Amino acid sequence: MTEKNRYFVSGDEAVALGTRLARPHVISAYPITPQTIVVERLSEMVEDGSLKAEFMHVESEHSAISAAMGVSSVGARSFTATSSQGLLYMAEGLHYASGGRFPVVMMNANRATALPWSIFGDLRDSLSQLDSGWIQVYVEDAQEALDMMIQAYKIAEHKKVLTPFMVNLDGFVLTHTYEEVEVPDQEMVDQFLPPFETPNKMSIEKPMNMGFSTSPADNMEFKFQQHKAMMDSIAVIKEVDQEYGDMIGRYYNGMIDTYQCDDAEVILMTLGSVTGTARVVVDALRAKGLKVGLLKIRYMRPFPEKEIQEVVKNAKVIGVLDKDISFGFEGTIYTNVNSALVRMQSHPQSYNFVAGMGGRDVSKADIEEMFMDLLHAAKGEEIERVKFINMGVEING
Amino acid sequence: MNRPKVTEFKKAKHINDYPTGPGFQGGHLVDKNAGWRTFRPVIDKDACVNCLICYMICPDGTIYKSDDKVDIDYDFCKGCGVCANGCNVNAIKMVKEEL
Repeated sequence: MTEKNRYFVSGDEAVALGTRLARPHVISAYPITPQTIVVERLSEMVEDGSLKAEFMHVESEHSAISAAMGVSSVGARSFTATSSQGLLYMAEGLHYASGGRFPVVMMNANRATALPWSIFGDLRDSLSQLDSGWIQVYVEDAQEALDMMIQAYKIAEHKKVLTPFMVNLDGFVLTHTYEEVEVPDQEMVDQFLPPFETPNKMSIEKPMNMGFSTSPADNMEFKFQQHKAMMDSIAVIKEVDQEYGDMIGRYYNGMIDTYQCDDAEVILMTLGSVTGTARVVVDALRAKGLKVGLLKIRYMRPFPEKEIQEVVKNAKVIGVLDKDISFGFEGTIYTNVNSALVRMQSHPQSYNFVAGMGGRDVSKADIEEMFMDLLHAAKGEEIERVKFINMGVEING
Repeated sequence: MNRPKVTEFKKAKHINDYPTGPGFQGGHLVDKNAGWRTFRPVIDKDACVNCLICYMICPDGTIYKSDDKVDIDYDFCKGCGVCANGCNVNAIKMVKEEL
């Protein structure tokens, strides 16, 4: 690694750099805060010739995803990016792309959903689309964002997977924060990521009838295939992570990552950039002799059921930090984690912390409060099952 | 006849028999589709000047070039009458189907 490969960039710029290395043929995207810089940088790269791609100016996110599918259907590599309301406007196309087995890669800047209108970060946009059949990864920092853009294509286009892939970055906290990143050499990435090949390809030589309808006699089989492809992608995700690390030098531990979990009595689970803050809190509490651990969930789909079970099996209590809420029940990550827990013969008690919605900061003090709650629960004390952290006003009574 | 043939439909036995996603080779016909035809177009080969307008305008692509000017694939013709309407020499008549 040389000095010239090190750049000081924002999360959005890291996404653009990673995407360029993956050599997409067409970029079809509509700008939306806080994703805009991704699209701006890519359009500059197309303009200055450093990225040989078509840049399609589409009139909406619905068109962006539709164009991306069209690109994929002729065997070309496509990229799009969006956020929040834009992702929701794409919702119809999300199911279409996954059902058509078009391995589109998309960056999503996690942002609150209206109303109240907000441009700031939380996870209610992408988590509301968990069932759309896309692989979803949540990255912690700009370097992981860049690396995952490259891995995303390799995983999505794998012949056993052929499933679209969403790379999620926390709005502003990650998209607009500048960090130093290492940019791999193009030759190395070319070696890692072969050209896209797919059985779902329109061509003159082999004409196809694509995207057809089915009667009830066949529809479920196609849906089962999608499910199987997603389940099979777990092994592919791990292989690709290993191969990427071997070639480029950074490993992300596949489906989840852990910190100080081996002897932990209580474990907190996080997604995305807040994991970095939580790691600092773990260090501080460990220094006081408290047995706390941190589990970073990287993928929400496919869900890391086995990986989570293996890590938490010796813990007394676990907590899940949700920057989202499914109104009328609990945080969506918590629901998913609980489903993995109840499949264990015996499992730790679990608690939910709802925090950081609509761009509210999640501070070290907030995370310490979560860990202290979990430690109290581990001693048998009663704590709230679903707790809203750092509310500005009294909410009880 | 340069046209896809109707082949027998084979029900998939294993999930791997399905294509990856709803896409398959073009022209794979497993069924005829002409059951709702009430009038059938009949070409008067003596009147026909082989201008190929009917071949061009058939909305279902059921008229094809043949050794004897043009012929109609009655397995797929729906009897819409566009060809008869478009024929400049009145060489196509719509004849009521007998049940």
